[in-house]
Parts: sequence; C-alpha cells; structure tokens
Amino acid sequence: MADDNSAIIDLRKVCMAFPKRSGEPLLVLDDIDVSIRAGEFLGLLGRSGSGKSTLLRIAGGLIRPTSGNVLYRGAPLIEPAEGIAIVFQTFALFPWLTVLENVEAGLDALGLPREEARQRAEAAIDLIGLDGFQSAYPRELSGGMRQRVGFARATATRPDLLLMDEPFSALDVLTAETLRADFLDLWVEHQLPTKSVLMVTHNIEEAVLMCDRLIVLSSNPARIAAEIPVTLPRPRNRLDDEFGNIVDNVYAVLTARTIASLGALKQAREGVAQPLPRASVNRMSGLIEILAAPPHDGRAELETLASSLSLEVNDLFPLAEALHILEFAEIKDGALRLTAAGNVFARSNTDERKRLFKEHLLQFVPLAAHICRVLREREARQAPRMRFEVELEDHFTHQDAESTLRAVTAWGRYAELFAYDDEARTFALIENPA
Amino acid sequence: MEHHAEVLSRGLWRQRPANWRDLAALVLIVAGILLIGSGARQMLAPFPAAQQPEISLSPGVLPNYALRTTMRMLAALVASFIFTFTYGTLAAKSRRAEMVLIPLLDVLQSVPVLGYLSFTVVFFVALSPNRALGVELAAIFAIFTSQAWNMAFSFFQSLRTIPYDLDEASRGFRFSGWQRFWRLEVPFAMPGLIWNTMMSMSGGWFFVVASEAIAVGDLHVALPGIGSYVARAIEARDLAAVGWAILAMTVTIFIYDQLLFRPLVAWADKFRYEQTASAVAPRSWILDLFRRTSLLRTAGESIGAMTQAAARARLSPRIFSRPHAGRKIPSRLLDVVWYGLALVAVVYLGVVLLRFAGAQLSWGDVVDVIGDGGITLLRVAVLIVIASVIWVPIGIAVGLRPAVAEKVQPVAQFLAAFPANLLFPLAVYLIVRFDLSPVIWLSPLMILGTQWYIVFNVIAGASAFPNDLEEAAKTFRIHGWRWWRDVMLPGVFPYYVTGAITASGGAWNASIVSEVVSWGPTKLDGGGLGAYIARMTAAGDFPRIALGIAVMSILVVGTNRLVWRPLYAYAERRTRLD
Repeated sequence: MADDNSAIIDLRKVCMAFPKRSGEPLLVLDDIDVSIRAGEFLGLLGRSGSGKSTLLRIAGGLIRPTSGNVLYRGAPLIEPAEGIAIVFQTFALFPWLTVLENVEAGLDALGLPREEARQRAEAAIDLIGLDGFQSAYPRELSGGMRQRVGFARATATRPDLLLMDEPFSALDVLTAETLRADFLDLWVEHQLPTKSVLMVTHNIEEAVLMCDRLIVLSSNPARIAAEIPVTLPRPRNRLDDEFGNIVDNVYAVLTARTIASLGALKQAREGVAQPLPRASVNRMSGLIEILAAPPHDGRAELETLASSLSLEVNDLFPLAEALHILEFAEIKDGALRLTAAGNVFARSNTDERKRLFKEHLLQFVPLAAHICRVLREREARQAPRMRFEVELEDHFTHQDAESTLRAVTAWGRYAELFAYDDEARTFALIENPA
Repeated sequence: MEHHAEVLSRGLWRQRPANWRDLAALVLIVAGILLIGSGARQMLAPFPAAQQPEISLSPGVLPNYALRTTMRMLAALVASFIFTFTYGTLAAKSRRAEMVLIPLLDVLQSVPVLGYLSFTVVFFVALSPNRALGVELAAIFAIFTSQAWNMAFSFFQSLRTIPYDLDEASRGFRFSGWQRFWRLEVPFAMPGLIWNTMMSMSGGWFFVVASEAIAVGDLHVALPGIGSYVARAIEARDLAAVGWAILAMTVTIFIYDQLLFRPLVAWADKFRYEQTASAVAPRSWILDLFRRTSLLRTAGESIGAMTQAAARARLSPRIFSRPHAGRKIPSRLLDVVWYGLALVAVVYLGVVLLRFAGAQLSWGDVVDVIGDGGITLLRVAVLIVIASVIWVPIGIAVGLRPAVAEKVQPVAQFLAAFPANLLFPLAVYLIVRFDLSPVIWLSPLMILGTQWYIVFNVIAGASAFPNDLEEAAKTFRIHGWRWWRDVMLPGVFPYYVTGAITASGGAWNASIVSEVVSWGPTKLDGGGLGAYIARMTAAGDFPRIALGIAVMSILVVGTNRLVWRPLYAYAERRTRLD
C-alpha cells in the first residue's frame, strides 16, 4: 500500500518546555527526531510521564513545539490538518451523539455532501465491526465497543497518518487482546484506509506485537534512547525466542536509562530534587516478599515479574524504582535483585520493618532527611507544605513536584518520621516515636 | 431491540400509518399555536396608560390571565437563552472579557429583581407609549432579570469545564467554531442549563406580582395576568379571589412542568457526560407521546435533519473560536491597556454616581441603610438556621426511605417552584387578626418559598448516601448523636450546602416583597433592607433605591464569598475519598 518511501511526517529537532513556577523553562522533550514513512506502523515507547503523549499531540498539530519543526507532507504543520486523525486513550466520544453520528462528526470538517458522509461512516462502521450499533449511544456500549467507535471515527476520514494514544490501555486484558488482533488483521490486509500509524504505548509486548519499528524514549527530559526495528514476520507469536529477545532488549534499554538518570540525579543536585516514584509501602512490601520467596529467591527478570503478577510496566517500574532508590533492591540488566537489607525486610515483623524503612528513608532519600532537618530547625517543629512545594518546583513541573511530595509524605508517615495534616497542609515532626 | 429495528429501516422511505398518538399530538400542537397567537395579539393591543382596562376579579378571567402570564414567562425565557449563549460564550472565550463580565454577573445576580424594574420601566413604557407592548416589555424584562443570570453562569462554567479529551477530539477533527459550539459546547452545557432554567422559572413566578402590577413613583400599571389579579385581590381584601389565584397558579405551574420541563429533562438525559447509564432515566409522557407518533415523527425527523445540517455547516464567526485556555501567551501591553480602560470606566462611573447621589443623600442615609441591612441579614441567618434545624432531620428521614422519598421529592420540588408570595395575604390576615408583631411575624415569609431547596437537596443527599456506609454504621452499632455527627450529617453536608446557598439567595430576594406586605388599606412594615427598598420604590426615590440595592448587593456577594463558597469548598474537600 505504500506508494513510495517518502516521509509522511517529519519531526525535526523537536523540543518542548513548560514553564516552572519560577518562570524558567523545564525541558520535557529534548531534541527529538522522528519521521514516519508511508506504510509504516511506528511505536513510541516510554514510561508514563516521559512525554510520549506530548510528542503525539505535537505530531497531530494539537500542540506547537517550543522549538524544532514538524513537516507534514513537506509543509510545516501548525494546526490539526486534514489527513491526520487521532484515536484517544479515553475514547473521547461525544456522549450525546449516537455511534453513527459520532463517526459522522469526524467527517464534519471535510465538508462532504451528506450522502457521501453517511456512506463513508457506514463503511467505516462496517469495517470495524460495529454494524448493528449505529443508533446506540456510547453509554450503552462496553469499553471495547467504544474504542471501536474511536477507530471508526478516525479511519472514516481516510487519514494518511493515524495517531493512536495508548488506544488499548483503558481496556481490560481480554478486550484489549481482541481489539489488537482485529486492528492488526485489518492493517496487515491493507483494508484500513490509512497509510501509516504512530502508536504511543507503555506496553512493551503490545508494541513488539504490532509495530514495524520502535522508538524508546527516556524520561526527564525525554530523549530517544533507542530505535529498534521489528522485522519479525506476521502474525507474530509472543512465545517466539526472537519476540522475547526484543522485549528483553526494550526492558534493558528502559531500565538502563532509569538507573543512569537516578545516579546522575543523586550526584548532580545532592538528591533533594530527585523525583520520587509514586509507590505505596504496601505494594513495595508485597514485591519484596514475592522476590524473597521461591521461585525467585531474591532475583527476578522484570519481564517475568510483570507477566506473573500481571502488572503493566507502568505499575511495576515505579515500584522497582522505589526499591532501588531505598536500596532494598537493585535494578540491573532488566532484572530486580534484593539487597541484604531487602532480605532482612522480608523476614522482619511490622515494627522492625518500620525501623528499617525509616533508616533507609533518612539515608537514601535526601528529601525526607531535608524535611526532617527543616522541621527540627523550626521552633514549632512544623512547616507548611507550600515551603517544600516551592522548593521542588524550582526543579520540576508542578505535577512532578506534587507526586514527589505525596510519595515522600506517605513514606514518612509509614516510617513515623513526620506527620502531615492535610487540613492545615503542614508537616510536623514526630519527636519521640513510640 | 428497538435500535436494530430502526437500523433496518434507516435510509428507506417507509410510509408510517397514522395512529391515535398522532391525533393527540396534533391537538396539542394546534392548541399551543392558537394560544400563543391569541396571547401575542393581546400584547400588541392598544393600551392607553390613562384608561387601563380594569382587572377583573371574577374567576372566569383567570384562564386568560394565566395564558398571558405564561406568555411573558416564555418570552423572558427565550430572551434569557439568547443572553446566556452570547454573554456566557463571550466570557468563556475571551480572557479580557471574562475579567469584566464575570464579576459583573456576580453583582447582577445579587441585585433584587425590583431594583431593575424601578429603573427600566420608564424607558420601556416610553418605547411604545400607547400600546401594551411597552409595558409588556417592561414586565418581560423584569422576569428576564430573575432568570438570566444563573443560566449564563451555568453556561459559562460548563464551557470552562469541557473535558480535555473532547476538546482535543474537536480540535483534532478540525471542527469550526460553529460546529464546535453546537456539537460540543451546547450539548455539554445542556443538563446544567436546563436545571438552572427550572430554577429561573421558579424565580420568575415569584416576582410575577411585582412585574405585572408595576408601581414605581407616580406610574401605576397593571397588565392583565395572574400577578395583577392577586394585586387587585389584595387591594380589595378578597380572600376568595386569592384562593382562586392560588388554584390557577398551581394548575399553570403543573401544566408548565408537564408540557415543558418534564420533556426537556427527559430529552436532556442523553447529554449527560457520565458514560454510565443512569439508574432511573427521567421519563415524560408527553415526550413519549411525540416520540411514538408516526406521521408527526416523520415530519419531526426532517426538521431534525435540517437542524443537524445547520449544526454541521462550517460557518465561522470569530466569537465562536475556541476558549483561550492554553492558546498563547497574552500580550502584556494589551492587558495593561485593558485593565487601564476598565479602571478608568469604574472610576468615572463611581464619580458620576457619587455626584448624583451625593447631592441627595447624606451620611445619615447610609447609616440607616446599613442598619436596615443588618436587620435583614440577621433575619436571613436566623431563618436559615431554623429551617435547617427543622428540615435536615426530616429530609434525612425521608431520604433514607426510598419509597417515601419517591413520593415526597416531586412535592418538595413543586413547592420550591410555587410562588410563596401568593400566600402572603393569608399571613397578613392572620397577623392582623391576632394582633402579632410584624417585625417578628413577617420574617418567616422570606423563607416560605425557598426552604424547599434545603428539603429536596437533603432528601437527594440522604438517598444517595452509600449503602455500605449505612450498613457499616449499623454493624458497629453507631447510634444517637454519634450517628448524626459521624455518619449522616457529613454524608448530606455537600447537598445541604447547595440547598442552603439557594435558600439564602432566595430569602434575600424575597425580603423586598415580604418585609412590607399589605392587605387592602392595612400595611404591615417589618423594617429591614427589603422594606426600605420597597418603600423607596413606591415613592419613586431613585437615589435611595440605588443606595438600598447597592448595600444589598454588597451583603449578598459578601455572604456568598465569605460564608457559602468556603463552606462549599470545605464540603467538597472533606467528603472526597481520593
């Protein structure tokens, strides 16, 4: 179906920055070069918050990059253009329009005659397997059917470039699998009236299953960490050795980047400005216990853990990273290995765990130590949360500052290091923990 | 299964045989057109101010009077919608316009309806001196001022909370401004808008007497309508006529509800943004009737197709372009100029006002008005507390019994819509009869009509109270005061606050008609700011009307900002679990 090998869209040296509280720019995307050729199915992989969705919106003309160029069919892209359609993670269907009307709404901008619009919409509905649901409202449909409407609405416009923003991540496992298979069938058989696809995902297996080429993004700021071609013949089998190798490879790239950036952060800013992953103590304890027990006996591949616990990368990585930061475990070569302290933690009772956690928190999370120091320096042994918010927002976005503070609050409360009053929004030192 | 049947017939022209429903619907439509036409003709009739037609007290005229009152309400409603779509859109799409328009709306909302009337009636009458139209316009405008503000607010707020993904989808699929307005913005705002329209309607009924029987200074006009009928009945001390008016009003509101609002609410259910099917979908027999007719439905479909085509057109006036949020960094210089202009305008108007008022007002007036304001403020506060103490436990008791709640809820909503001031003459009669003190006994009238908002909101809150929490409380045998404090009161608190905000706003507005009440030649004056404004309006003393209104606006906006909004924010924060 590819008429030639030229690029449909070309992102050149794209950078994106958002203003911090101080007004200084905070770099989110750094110098990204991506180009998508006709007939290509490109996957964009990265951790949540790595900026991959921002990149997709830049490619769709919804956001203008801070610097760099986006060329669509050779001309600069400054706003959403004809020939680019988006499938959203949250479906983004209009609840007050029926299935048919939703699909037709996607064609509104083309100014087609009514009859032709109707025919095109019906054809797309038919192709995507929604026949019989034309007059249903989205709220009557299951999640899978809703996303089919999303696909139909996008493909009815016959786009050159179909942008898909984590299209399967809001669906349950079974539904997602069915939808993926159906979509792939249509794509492989060239039945979709679309020339190329860019899919953003955090699901590594999904990316390897579907795409021709993967671009892996690192985080904070996002750079291209690796570009991995997937030349496996279709239909692909998850149990193939080669399939597994590519998945391993992606895991290794993602974790290597994580470790490198963690190390660099610790050194560069003495750690106070280290973004902390949102990981609850309960889940961390659970993961430590599972790691310590057979069959893992202290060490497991992340990929194995993810599939045996049916955790998405998005859920597993923050946990692994938190354990790594707290030095209860170590991430290395795509595997997670318990440290000596981690093993002790697994065998301890509640009080001992708390004591151990507190020690590690103070020693390895400079922000926790910093909060304690500030509280101790103050007469009232109290400090407003705002004080730390402002400090953190010098280094990262409001969202990152917020989630880091929430993480350290939860950990500090568990360790009985400090208390936090959400009404007054103040931290208070716990002087003599029982 | 209905869907599939419809799918099969789609696109094919199929002659649908007429059925009995067509006949019923046709009767409704033709009757509606005739009535509207007759009402409109009467509005354009000659109406010399010197020799106005006498307002009759015979019950036989009431149907016609009710029709004319209803027409005014409808006209005002149409005007309110036009205002809402333009004002709300402008405020939501331009940051600079918002800076001016939204605070302005806040104040407009707090100005009592009579305030507008006293200043505008002369203008409207001058527009068309010898026809009823001028006075009609004045009355319609007065009703409009009791409806438009909260509708515009609701629309504005909906525009500002459009879900991110739908916004991106509309931009991604390159909707023009016009398409976006009809496809996304209006539908998304619809449920809130309809709810507010119903509230507005209640407000309009409440002021129907004041807006039909206009008495400002020397100008006395009485337009034929239920309001004037009541005014005349009060003048003539005719208790039976008051009874007839109450009956006519009840029937009118009931018909309005059945023919207009039920169908609207049932129809608007599809605009709810939540993706879950609602537990109990609102229904309306009239909507069902029209949906099941066959011939009319075919006709309706072609009209529907036409409006669809209109919504799909790409027309693109600039005003409809998408909201300013996140578009581009605004230029500082223009901001400064804009702020500067706004400031100059405010200062200029302030000076004009001071000059105008300063010549006729003294500091003594200001002190008097503030004292009166204090009295009314005290009344509102005490009444809200009393109403809460009485109605919250009752509302909870009702709400926890679904079978009872189902029956009581519509009654409470009806009572909220019913203009309580029609009952005032009865109260005056009793006060005079038993020689009670008007300062105390006129007060309850303020909250007579608005207490129902507390009732039905609390009932709604108690009905929505999570079952598992109720069971948990039972399991742990939480009883008595602890049950109220730890379980139930926090559970209904957000609902209660919503109701109490509306009730207190309504009470302020009602103070003007309830602090001075007359019965024939007997006039009871309870004192307070409402009484002050009413007295000054009757005397046509514009500087003092303005002063009274200004103080009332300040008090209302002040209580909203200092009491209700913080309470509301607190309720939202504390009852959330994530």
